[in-house]
Order: sequence, then C-alpha cells, then structure tokens
Amino acid sequence: MATRRLFLKSAALGMFGVGTAPAWLSRALYAADAPSPRKKILVAIFQRGAVDGLNVVVPFGEKQYYSLRPNLAIPKPDRTENSAIDLDGFFGLHPALAPLKPIYDSGHMAVVHAVGSPDPTRSHFDAQDYMESGTPGRKATSDGWLNRALPSQKDSSPVRAVSLGATLPRAMRGQNEAVAIANLNDFQIRDTRGAGTFESMYENSLDQVLNGAGRETFEAVKLMQSIQKQPYAPDNGVQYPNSPLGQDLMQIARLIKSNVGLEVAFAEMRGWDTHVNEVGARPTVGQLANLLGQFGSALAAFYQDLGDRMADVSVVTMSEFGRTARENGSRGTDHGHANAMFAFGGGIRGGKVYGQWPGLEPEQLYEQRDLQLTTDFRDVLGELVVRHLGNARVASVFPGYEQPKFRGLVG
Amino acid sequence: MTYWVRFVAEDSSAQSAVQLLMAFRVSSSRDPMKKFVIALTLAGVAVLAAYSETGYSRFNQPLSKDQEILHALNRLTFGPRPGDVEAVRKMGLKKWINQQLHPERIAENPEVAARLRPLESLQMSAAEIATKYPPPQVLRAMSQGLLPLPADPEARQQAELQMQRLRARRAAKEDEDVKAKVQGKGGDRLQQAMRQQVVSVADPVERRKLIADKAPQQALPYDLNEAKLYRAVYSNRQLEEQMADFWFNHFNVYIDKGADRILTSTYERDAIRPHVFGKFRDLLEGTAESPAMLFYLDNWQSISPDTTPVRRFAKQKAKQARGLNENYARELMELHTLGVDGGYTQHDIIEVARCFTGWTISQPNRGGEFIYNDRVHDKGEKTVLGIKIPAGGGRADAEKVLDILARHSATARFISTKLAKKFVADDPPPALIDRMVKTFHDTDGDIRAVMSTMLDSKEFFSEGAFQAKIKTPLELVVSAVRASDAQVDFAIPLSMQIAQLGEPLYRKIEPTGYSSANSEWVNSAALLARMNFAHALADNRVPGSKVDVTKFADDPAVVARQVLFHEASQQTLESIKKALAQREPTPALVAGLVLGSPDFQRR
Repeated sequence: MATRRLFLKSAALGMFGVGTAPAWLSRALYAADAPSPRKKILVAIFQRGAVDGLNVVVPFGEKQYYSLRPNLAIPKPDRTENSAIDLDGFFGLHPALAPLKPIYDSGHMAVVHAVGSPDPTRSHFDAQDYMESGTPGRKATSDGWLNRALPSQKDSSPVRAVSLGATLPRAMRGQNEAVAIANLNDFQIRDTRGAGTFESMYENSLDQVLNGAGRETFEAVKLMQSIQKQPYAPDNGVQYPNSPLGQDLMQIARLIKSNVGLEVAFAEMRGWDTHVNEVGARPTVGQLANLLGQFGSALAAFYQDLGDRMADVSVVTMSEFGRTARENGSRGTDHGHANAMFAFGGGIRGGKVYGQWPGLEPEQLYEQRDLQLTTDFRDVLGELVVRHLGNARVASVFPGYEQPKFRGLVG
Repeated sequence: MTYWVRFVAEDSSAQSAVQLLMAFRVSSSRDPMKKFVIALTLAGVAVLAAYSETGYSRFNQPLSKDQEILHALNRLTFGPRPGDVEAVRKMGLKKWINQQLHPERIAENPEVAARLRPLESLQMSAAEIATKYPPPQVLRAMSQGLLPLPADPEARQQAELQMQRLRARRAAKEDEDVKAKVQGKGGDRLQQAMRQQVVSVADPVERRKLIADKAPQQALPYDLNEAKLYRAVYSNRQLEEQMADFWFNHFNVYIDKGADRILTSTYERDAIRPHVFGKFRDLLEGTAESPAMLFYLDNWQSISPDTTPVRRFAKQKAKQARGLNENYARELMELHTLGVDGGYTQHDIIEVARCFTGWTISQPNRGGEFIYNDRVHDKGEKTVLGIKIPAGGGRADAEKVLDILARHSATARFISTKLAKKFVADDPPPALIDRMVKTFHDTDGDIRAVMSTMLDSKEFFSEGAFQAKIKTPLELVVSAVRASDAQVDFAIPLSMQIAQLGEPLYRKIEPTGYSSANSEWVNSAALLARMNFAHALADNRVPGSKVDVTKFADDPAVVARQVLFHEASQQTLESIKKALAQREPTPALVAGLVLGSPDFQRR
C-alpha cells in the first residue's frame, strides 16, 4: 500500500517536472501521509428506472404487505435463501442483498425507508431530473446538487468530481469542474502522435475559455496516466463483479486510493423499471433478484476493497421514485412514490432502519396506491453534504429547502 | 483574423504575438484564399487598439468584408465547405443571406434526396409508422388478441415476425435477458466497432432493411439521425437546417419516452420544419396540438378533476392521473413562450392547464392523432395573465391561451434573446434585442423578419460576435466533415460521435433542450473526445465518412487555411510544427491536429 502510494506520488509529480507541480497536486498527493485530515469523499449511486423499495427492504412485519402482493412478496425471514434477511424484526433485506448484511451488522450501513422526492410526478424523466437537480418541482434549475455540494476552495484537483459514464449526468453539472470518465484507461488522447501536440496547443492558447478547460483536461489526463500505468489490484482479495456498476465502482475505488483529490463521484445502474416478471418462481430468481444481486455484490466489493479507507468515504444510493404497493397483473409493479435508500461508510451510524414507517393500510397509502413519503431525500443528502463533506451551505445545495431535517445518519 | 486576437490585449506578449503572426504571413501568393486570410489578419490587428473598451462596445466594432463573409458562413451554416467563401463573395453577401432566408429559392443539392430516399419512415404518417414499426406494447396486445393485426399484408408479416421474436425473447431465460441488459454497456465495444465497420460498407438500402428487420423500433431514430446529418452536411439550405435544429430544440421532445418513439418523425416534419421561418403563433400551435408534445409533457392525460369516469374505462382511468396535469402548462410558459422570468404565477399555470384539458391523443401507441375531448375539458371560467376566458369556450380556451402567449411582450423578448444567443453571442447586446423585439411585435411574430433584423444589424457583423461562440457537438462534427469535404454515406457513426461529445440527437431528456452557451460544451471529457474525433475523421477511422487526404498539403499553415478558412493561431501552428519536426508529417496527421485545435472549436 505504502509503496504504491509512493510510486503514484512520484509518477504524478514527475509529469509536471521539478517545482512546477500545481499546489493542489502536491497537497492531494501528500495528504494521505500528512497529519492534516484527508478529504472526505461522497459517492452517489443512481438506480435509474425506479427500484421497488418495498421488495428491497421488505416490511415483513406488515401484514398488509402480504395481502397487497400475493405473488411478489418476499417471505418472512426463515433463515433460508428464499426469505427476507432480518434486519430489526420488522424490516428485512431482499435475499439477493446478502452481501450487504455484514456491512449492516458492522454498524456501517444505514437504511432509510419511506424516503423520496415530495414531487408527485410518476414520470421517470421528470423525477430523475428533480432528484439530480435537487429541486423537486422546479425544472429551470440548471445545475445539479452534487456539483453544488462541493465545498468551495482554490487550487482544487481537476478530478475532484468524477462521474462514470460518457456524459456528465445532471447531478454533476454546474460551476465546479467535474469530469465524465467512461473508463479510466480510455481517458487520454488515443493517438499518441497527437497527444503532446494538443496539449501544447491548448496550454499555450490565448483563448481563455479553451485554455482553461484544456489545462484542466491535460492535468486530469496526466493524473490518469499515473494511474493507468499501474494495473489495479483490489485489496483484501476482492473480486469486483463484471457488471457495469461493479466496474464503475472499481474505478472509483482506484481513484480514491490514488489520492488524486477526488471528493464526489457518481455512478448509475439502469434497468429497475420492473413492470413485468419482477419476481420469478422463487424470490431469488426474476428481474429484481438479478439486478439486486449485481447491485449488492458490487457495493460489497467496493466496501471490502477500500477497507480502512472507508473511514473517509460515504456511499449513498437513490432512485427516482418507488413502485406501487400492490402488484400488477403481470408479476410486476407500476410507478409509485416513496422508496428506500442506503447509506454506508465509516462515518455512517448504521445497523438501523431510519425513517417513520407510514404503514400500508389503504388509508395510509399515497393516493390510495403507493408508499407514503415520510422523509425527504434532501434530508438524507443534506446531512451527508453538511456532516460528511463539511459543506455547511446546505441552502445553496438545495435551494428552496433551507432546513433539511437531519436524521442522525452521520456521526 | 483569428479569434485569439481578442484575448491578446490582456497578455503582455500581445505585441510580439502580432509581430510573429505578421512575419508568418510574409510569403504571399496569388491564392485568393490566402489573400482573404491576410486581409482578415490585418483587420484583426486594427481591432486590437479598441479592445480595452468594455461592455458591449465591441459590438460596435465592424468587421472587414472578408471577415463578414466568414462570419456569416460560420453562423448561418454548419461550417464552410471548400469553395463556399469564394461563392458567397461572388454572389454578394447580402444576396446570399437573403437567399438563405428564403430556402425555397435555393436549388437543393441532389445528394440530399439521394441519401434520404431509403429512410422510408420519414415519409410515413404516425399511424403508418405504428403499423410498420410497432412498439412492444402494441405487439404484446396483438399477440394477446387485444388488438387486430395490420390489414396490409407486408405489415402483417412484419408484425407476425416481431411477435415471434418477442415470444422467443420472453421464453429465453430471464437471467440471460437481464444479464445482457446490464452488461450491454461498454462490454462489447470492439464487437460494436466491428459491426459498425461491416454495416458501413453495406449498400444503404440493404443496411436500412437490415436495421428494420432486426430491430424495427431502432429504424425510427436511425432514419431521423441519418436525415438530420445528411441535411446538415449536404443541404444548400443551410440556414433552414440551423433553424430546424433551433426550433426542434426549443420545443424539445424526447424520442425514448414511450410513444414519442413513433411520434417524433411526424413532429419534426409537420409541426416544426414548415414553420421555421414562419409566424411564431403557427409554430406554437403546431407543437401544442402535436401528439409528440402532448405525450412528452403529459397533457394528453390531463383532465378536469370534475370529469365523471365512463364505467367502461373506470379501471383504466384509475391507473392514469386523475385530474389536472400541469406539466405542459408550466413548460409552455417557462420554456416555449414567456421565459422563466416572464411574469406568470403558479395560479396562471393551473389556469392554463385547465384551458388545455381535453387536448389529447387517440391511442398514442398506434400513432393516434390529436383530438379534442370535450368530455374531460374543464368548462369553468379561467383567468390567464389577468385576461378572463369565459366559461364554456371548449377547445377555444386553449387557442385563446396560445394567442395571449404568442403576442405577449415577454415572449417577443424571450424568443429574440434566445435567437441572438444562438446566432450572435452568449451575452448579446440589449440594443440589438430591443430592435428584434420591435420587429417581432410589428410583424406579429414573423420569424423571418426577426432574423432579418438580426442579420442586418451592425452587432451581428461585429468584433463582439466574431468567433465568439464555441461550436456545439453537432456543429463541431458537421463542420469538420464539411471543412474536410468528407463524403458521408452512413451517418450513424457521426451521430454516435456527437452523442459522445454530449449531445445525443433527439435524446435530450429534459424539455429545456440543449443550451447553446459556450460553458455547456467545454469540459474535460468533451474536449478529449473532440480531439480524438478529429484524429479519427482525418485518419478515415470514422466508418461511413471518407476524407480524401490527398487534398491536404503537409504544410500545417496551408492545411490550417484549408480547414479553418482563416489563419491558425500562432500557438497552434507552433505546436504542430514542433510535433512534425519529430516525425514524418502526413496530411492526415496535420489535418487531424488542425481539426482538434482550439481554433477549430470556435465559429
């Protein structure tokens, strides 16, 4: 570990030549050894398509759950792999999420239930947009909450905000520099004949806009080169699943461990829109089980790979809305309202399901069909922004929602 | 002159930079392009003196005649092709602009029609599209016997084939289904690239058939993307294409939202394109009653809360929104007409939504038409922006709203400003906007007239506007194709490049459309992607596009002039020369470097 860090440090600094390394770089590179506290890192994961929170964190203590979902309900915990994994006597994890149970037991993973966006829309694209802009109901917001969440500072790293994927997601857009990287190894000028030439053009350009962006780009490229040279071997014998989320999280882990100044990261997983065949013949087969299997194993691999480094890292998951409390006619669920979120990391007060449970009786449902919302998603994200990232200006991160109600997730 | 001259005044090396630039140009020639370039540079130097002035004063600094030509080509087209500068000079700039404002007077390039011919969905009605390229929901309904099969034998055969495939897919193990879905991203990039290579050499008609057979739903975005790029690259009616892009983007719909897959083709063709130079009111009406927009912004589901459910549909209705949907009403005012600061309130949104209840679609997934359904219309009195709309107006309620909005002064200003931001500069001078607003009012929102006011202005042909815009991904890719005179016979790979640069065509989820602001398009990943695209195009590594590199010299200064139509910045040239000192210069390498340079990112 120490050797690799040293190697990366000299490799990265070497790129710039003696005495020319930018201030943020030496700070970032030495931060790991310096007595000053390391940067906190927030990783946000978006489950696009609206995951069925009621089958992810199963309210097995609620009778009504079983009458609303005769074909889809996950059975009460019975210690077999075809039943929910008991969390607290009332809620249980979907069996495909077994890899997450040890994290929950260690007290570093928290669940929030009946949480989501207060906006009533059941449109994927609107709801995703609202959750990423951080301003439900307001379409004119031009930037995203994760960009605004970055604490203001000078000389920041060009890779302080990274999203995995070809384009910058809405949540990451805004004033602060944010980089979209589809693959760390591809983040470069592919044609070696042109690499140095483009760099010199942009670094010398008198066009202020392109010069600035060009410098940031090539600084980031250099950092990536220092990382790309090293084949990545996850710690603790971890093997990341070969799924997109697994690979994305591995790259985020790689960035974190390289100490290049990462502060916020974004990854996504698609395919959660389970209108049909959500649950197969048994709870462990079917669309949802497959998706959760990928999801849980990727998150668990990330957690184990980072090991002690999780002390600086919080991961939070979200999805645009939940799904109908009642199953539909094709072994699936339709668009609903409130949902469940996960947060885990060294600083998370876990081992607990947060949030007020609204119940599933007909009169307790939102518009007589969906799980009622009792926690605003900005309460969860806001607490992470303030207490984990240390950005107290939460009113500018979530404009129009000046006073998020912290639930005590971060401690 | 080159855009960087604007920046050097702040740089202590300004003087030497200019001297170097001048020295570089001493070797003169009879080449008219070169003379043109020299004239531009000289004019640029004169402008330096005036640069210290602040605010909008640079919009009073005129351009030279040659700069004016280059500027007009950069803004009204998707970038000049070889020979365009000379052609405009020969015709006269004023006459050329006037012609561009009247596309029907321009003979179209036969290359366009030839390339559009196989893209058959572009000529169909939405209902024909729905029959020939049925969405999965319709296929499912047909296979369950809930919907009749198409009468047309060819379409019926197609539907049966697709139903078989659907059943086969469902029979396949769910495991693998999900796996494929989840692992699709990035995993088989090599395979994908190889497929693209193979597909690109196929005959265009065969290729189109292949796509339609394999994945009929993909044929629709395929046709739209291909057509948009062929028109952008080859059309002689360039301003019309820029305007079609502008207005589609202004009235954005998202092709992957449900039925919009089958509704977007007719939307662009019938609601947008006929009106790009017409009256704003017509454009507004066309979009307001288009099934694509009604579906995209959910108005088709918006009903008066007082509606008594018809028993037959009661169960179905319960699944839908039971009442008012404000989505369209809000965006209509915020994004289509008044602008976010246009002075409307939440109450106005609700009132407008009430007026639009009953504006719906008959069977969107079957390509249904716009219908007005009086039964679900809110029949009470409404007040919109202080104007009373009496009870019992029926369909006319919403027409009245469109009248109010189209003629509102906030709309005139919002639209004029947006046009000026797109065509002049990110922060256009208020004096110009004022004149455009006046024209908008005087002509009852005549878009051609508003454009004329802008294109006649001194501000348009000013230092403040010259090279002030960063190309959008669409403009960057198409301008590179046009500048290098590439032949395009398969445009999907170009469209994929544009998506990689951050502007997937027809796939902007948000109703805001894409921003034309410089800040939107300058970020690390995008810049790298731009440079990589430049190399790939010049090296003929973009399938479907062929660049004849023998047209390029290997002297970077000459290539720069061929591609940029003005002199490259000294920094760019020095960087290229340094690189070439170390290796064998090839025309493709030099062209790739110029196309990826900072200089080429502006227009």
